[in-house]
This record gives sequence, C-alpha cells and structure tokens, in this order.
Amino acid sequence: MSDFEVEVYQNEYLPQGAAEVNAVVTVTSRGGGAPAGDTPAAEVLIVDCSGSMDHPRTKLAAAKRATGAAIDTLRDGVAFAVIAGTDNAELVYPPRLGMVPADAASRAEAKQAVQRLRADRGTAMGEWLLLAKDVFATQAGALRHAILLTDGKNVHERAHKLDRILGEVAGQFVCDCRGVGTDWEVRELRKIADALLGSVGIVAEAEDLEADFREMTAAAMGKEVADVALRVWTPQGATVKFVKQVEPSLLDLTARREESAPRSGDYPTGAWGSESRDYHVCVRVPPAAVGEKMLAARVSLVATGTGEVLGKGQVLAVWTDDTALSTKISPEVAHYTGQAELAAVIEEGLEAQRKGQIETATAKLGRAVALANSSGHEDTAKLLAKVVDVVDPVRGTVRLRRQVSAVDAMTLESRSQVTKRVGKGSGEAGGEH
Amino acid sequence: MAAVSCPECGQPAHAEDRFCESCGLSLLLRRTPEGGPQGARRSTCVSCAGRVDAEGFCERCGRAQPAPRDRMEFDFGVVAGVSDRGRARVRNEDSMACAVVGPESAPAAVVVVVCDGVGSTERADQAAQTAVDAALARIVDCLQAGKDPYESTVDGSAAAFEAVELLAEPTSPDLAPSCTLVSAVATEEGVTVGWIGDSRAYWLAGADSRQLTTDDTLHAQLVAAGLSDEEASAEANAHALARWVGADAEPGLPHVVGVPPDEPGTLVVCSDGLWNYLPTAESIAARASGSPARVAAELTAAALELGGGDNITVVAVPYPFHSRRSAGDE
Ligand SMILES: [Zn+2]
Ligand SMILES: [Zn+2]
Repeated sequence: MSDFEVEVYQNEYLPQGAAEVNAVVTVTSRGGGAPAGDTPAAEVLIVDCSGSMDHPRTKLAAAKRATGAAIDTLRDGVAFAVIAGTDNAELVYPPRLGMVPADAASRAEAKQAVQRLRADRGTAMGEWLLLAKDVFATQAGALRHAILLTDGKNVHERAHKLDRILGEVAGQFVCDCRGVGTDWEVRELRKIADALLGSVGIVAEAEDLEADFREMTAAAMGKEVADVALRVWTPQGATVKFVKQVEPSLLDLTARREESAPRSGDYPTGAWGSESRDYHVCVRVPPAAVGEKMLAARVSLVATGTGEVLGKGQVLAVWTDDTALSTKISPEVAHYTGQAELAAVIEEGLEAQRKGQIETATAKLGRAVALANSSGHEDTAKLLAKVVDVVDPVRGTVRLRRQVSAVDAMTLESRSQVTKRVGKGSGEAGGEH
Repeated sequence: MAAVSCPECGQPAHAEDRFCESCGLSLLLRRTPEGGPQGARRSTCVSCAGRVDAEGFCERCGRAQPAPRDRMEFDFGVVAGVSDRGRARVRNEDSMACAVVGPESAPAAVVVVVCDGVGSTERADQAAQTAVDAALARIVDCLQAGKDPYESTVDGSAAAFEAVELLAEPTSPDLAPSCTLVSAVATEEGVTVGWIGDSRAYWLAGADSRQLTTDDTLHAQLVAAGLSDEEASAEANAHALARWVGADAEPGLPHVVGVPPDEPGTLVVCSDGLWNYLPTAESIAARASGSPARVAAELTAAALELGGGDNITVVAVPYPFHSRRSAGDE
C-alpha cells in the first residue's frame, strides 16, 4: 500500500472575530514499495463513431490508430474493453459484456475489431458512459480508468439526461476526455471529466491522437491505489465552505461530499500513483476569543474500500490581536486563490468574446494575462498571447485580436483549469504521516 | 509537631528524617519541578465538556485545551504562586520557580525566582523557564553550602545568564532568546531581592507598602534620580528594557535590595502582566489578603479582569514565614 504524506500550509493566526480558515493541503503519494501492477487494473476505451468522424476521413482513421496504440500500452493482464459511441453505445470488444485480460492474442483481436469500425449516426455520450459502467461492473476491486474520445457536441441527448447519468456513473471509474478537431464543446466535455475526476484536452490534429492516447494509458497504468477520499472533519458549529483540488488542475469537490461520520465528510479524489496534488480547504468556524486555539479541520486520506487512513494533517485557527501575525497571508493560499481567479477570468473572458462583449472580454483576458504573468504560469501566458495582443503583461493591458483561430481559443479554454504549482518553502508546514 | 509527608510521593515520614523512605527525595527541600509547575492534562473540554483527544483538542468543538504552561500554580503553604497566559497572548512566556529549604515544620529559607520571556525574541518561554530553573538551583545550592543570601542571589543571576546564553544559535546571536529575572531569598535574617529587567518585587506592609525594585528602563532610572514622570517619558525609548538576561545582553551583577528581619509584611514577586494594571504597592496591597495562595490567585484574577494583556505571574511570601502553618489558612 502506498504511503501518503499530508502537509498543511496556512496562516493559522486570525484577527479577532474572523471566522474563515484557509489552508492548502499537499498530498504526496510515494508508492510505498509495491510496484505498479499489483493492483488489478481495468481500462475502457470509448471511441466516437458518429457520422461526423468521417469528415475529414482521416479523423476516424486516426482514432483507430490511437485506440490501437492505447491497447498496445496496456500492461499484460490488464482487463480491457472497447466501446463505439453513437446515439447509442456498442461494445466493440470483447464480443460479449465483460472485459478480457491484455495479451498478444486479445490485443490483436481487439485491434481487428477496431479496424472494422464505421462512422454513422449521432452522439449521446451518456449512453456510452452507462455501457462503460456496466462493463466495469464485471471487474471487482480494480483501478478503473476510461478514455472518451469525441469530435462533436452531445446533440442526441438532453443536458439533464447527461447530468442524471453522470450522477449515476460518478465514482465508478475515472475518465479522461479528449476532443478532436474544433466542433466539440469544452464546457460539455469538462462536465463529464470533472464528474469522473479526469482531465479534458483538445487534440487539434487527428495525427496527434496516437501519442496522446499512449500517454494517457501509460499514466493510468502508473496508478496504484484506487478510490482514495479526502476526509475532512470539522468541529461542531463549523461548516466546510469549499474543498477544491487546486493542483495539478482545478476541480471543485465541495458538492461531492459524502457524510462518513458525524462532522466528517469524504470528498473523492480518484486513483493515485506516485504523485503530488494540492487541495484548498476553506472552513467557516465559530470565532473564539483572542488567545484561543482551535482545530478547525482534520484532513485525512482514506482508502474508500478498506477505510484505511493513509495520512493525516491538521488545519488550525488561533485568534490573536497581534496584527503582525494575523495579517500575513499564506503564500500557498494566495497562490492558489490567484490560480482559481486566473481560470475564472479566462472562462469569463472567452465567453464574453463569443458573445461580442468587447469591453468585458478585454478586461477579463487582460486580468488573466496579468495573473498568468505574476504567478509565473508561462504555459497559460503563451496560450493567452495567441488569443489577445499583449501590450503590457504586468498591468494586463491587452487588445483583442480581430481573428482568433478556433483551435487557439479552445486550447486556452480546455487548459484554463490547469494550474501552476506553488513555489514551496516560504510557508509554515504542519502535518504528519 | 505537624505531620510530615514526602512532597514528591506523599508517603508519611518522620520529622527528623532527611530523606523520604519511599522515594529517596530530600525532605529538607521542597521545590517546584524543573521545567515548571505542570497543570494536569484535561480529559474533558473546558468549553463544551466534550472528550479531549490525545493531541489536546476537543473532539466535539475542536477547541485546544489550555496547555499546562497556560496556567501554572503551586502552593507550599509558606509561599504560593500563579502564572497565567493572560487573555491576549498565544503562549505563557513567564515562568516561576520556588523552593522551601529545611524541614516542612520549620523552613530555613524560601527562594523565589520569576522570569518574563522578552516578547520580541524567539523561544522567549524557553529562556524564562531555563533561567528560573538555573537560578533557583544555584541559589539553593549556595544557601545549602552556607553562602549568605546576597552571594547566593548574585550567583543565581550568573547561573541564569550561563544557562540562557546556551540557548542562542551560534549563527544568529540576534535571535537570542532572553528574559527578565527577579529573585527573592527569605531567611531569618530578612529578605534579599535581586533583579535584572522590569519584573518586580513589592513589600506589602500597610502604610509602609512599597516597590522594592527599580525597573531596568531609562524611565524608571530617571524617575529614581528625581525627574518627573513627564520629563522621564520624554526621553527616546524611555520604556525600553535597558538590561535583560540573554546571549545578546551585557552580563553584569543584578541589582540587590534587602528588607530587614524585624519588618513584617508580605513579599509579592511579579511580572509586568500584573503591575501594568496595578503599578503601585498600594493598589496591589488593596487586593492582597489571606493565604499566599489566595493572594497570588486574587492578584492574577485582578490582572485578568483588567484586560490580561500580557502573561501574569504572581508569587506571594508572607514574612516572617515561621509562624505560618500549612496551605489554605486565611
Ligand atoms: Zn517520597
Ligand atoms: Zn469542546
């Protein structure tokens, strides 16, 4: 079992009467000895086969090659299946409901079945996910990961139906979503990826799919622990204002809470390999008198299946009238608050641009440029520079471009939630194994 | 003759015994433990009566329970003390130590040390605790070796300097932890008070009540030299400490004053957490009555009521102490 380390970065000192406690919780999984592969894994590849995948023809061909590459990347023994998605969902491999362990023979059979795929009919992603859930249900106690590839919008399914299905499949497996071309909608795919604790990405050129699929599959093969929850205990009278994953990407987990004990709730984090993630926890507590100290939250990592506690840390609150102490802002909290604002202004700026609201778009994207610059988020700064002309990156003075390519705008939008890791070292760390 | 029991293990002992038959501790010395008088860990929350977990937090309301240092008390009958975190500070950076030398029924000497960690330095609480422990041990050793109270007081102050200096980081002497120090030795020959800094000793004796110490601040020195409070306050940094105990301080002899044996009264040794609110001997005397434990508790409560802006430490010794009996008398 992996070893999880929990570190808490915060300024525990609050001025008199303050009720909000903020902390950045860094969770690091060190893969304690057990090599990846000890935990049984299951992989489902979902390929959009709607009619549009034939326009241009190279799109479906690239999707087939990418699916083949993903199949080749599976470790021997990993159970897998392939689903073709239209306005319906069809199991392409294996022939009957279930999953087959990867070996030379099964890989060859699966790739042959993928080669026979034809593009036809519409798009109903909820159906695809429901079938994936049924396929995964045939495998017990495994790391369950899916890749969903689409090139279009979810036009043959009402939004509320997709929402209902997402509620049904959430927690059953992790799903990374990819959009190929520019006819799909970032927000729609993000909704699916967020619900299933996966990533969303654009693959503008069909020929890049293969490398991307191989990379995603390899990452999935590196996971060691399935279904880990962030458990947050808060004292009587306190409420959790939010729990967000803030690194490597933004993911609001607040609404995903499941009560686990009195004053204690679990937030899903999906599967873990050897990696590190940051969470921003914000708790509202009843203010106590100056000089009082309170345990505002106890944060622990729990294996959902066994209930085993993998690591824990404390979020504290100390009320003081020493303003030198209480006015210090934790650099970690400040950094991720800035990253959250950066993501929000990018989304709002792009939305305003789509609606032709020039002033709002200019202000929002300008603010985004300034935030990306000040936080050293170079990737996002580069993407922004393709959408706006940057006059002054420090003050965030920008001019909207007359012509922005759809690929550039969608790339920026799909990457907007990817954060830059905070430079650690300046804050105070507290925590324990 | 009063029954004797071991101060450490509580087992009864004969009055003429020098050491406890049960645990071997000296019956001729009762002292507060090294590291400070420890409060007991609580099992139920002071705030909501919920259960307290192993880390000292309430399992229901999350409130941290008072640390043992937050409220320290001791009561040896002839001398008692209270040290309280106060209402504004995060930690208690005051410390106190006390020893009663000689048989319980007829003590030969009472030794008191109070230190106040200087707030702007790191680990001020550690400096204060280290200083009281070192000074108390040295003073007691000196007295038992037959040195007089003056010499013992000077040696005790030197021991505090030596011990606190060791706390400084060699690489950053400007972060040296430091503290004030005031000691008192009461014997048949009178009371000897030594100090460095602005922790004080008062003599409460009706109309003759007075402050025994003069703070190591420019302001206090100028007032003592005859200037008015207003004139003294006009000087730059008038209220800043001029002397203290720490690696970053000039070692030197403590100021020493005495009270003669024929003058009955009550000695109160305290940190500025008390005298900030009750600066004059009269204001302290007005609230000090009853047993030493009661005097210490009431004066601490008064400072808390008046704001508790700093750590408060009060130790009281009625003099002469021979006539006093055990704790709890009024
Ligand atoms: Zn004993
Ligand atoms: Zn409580």
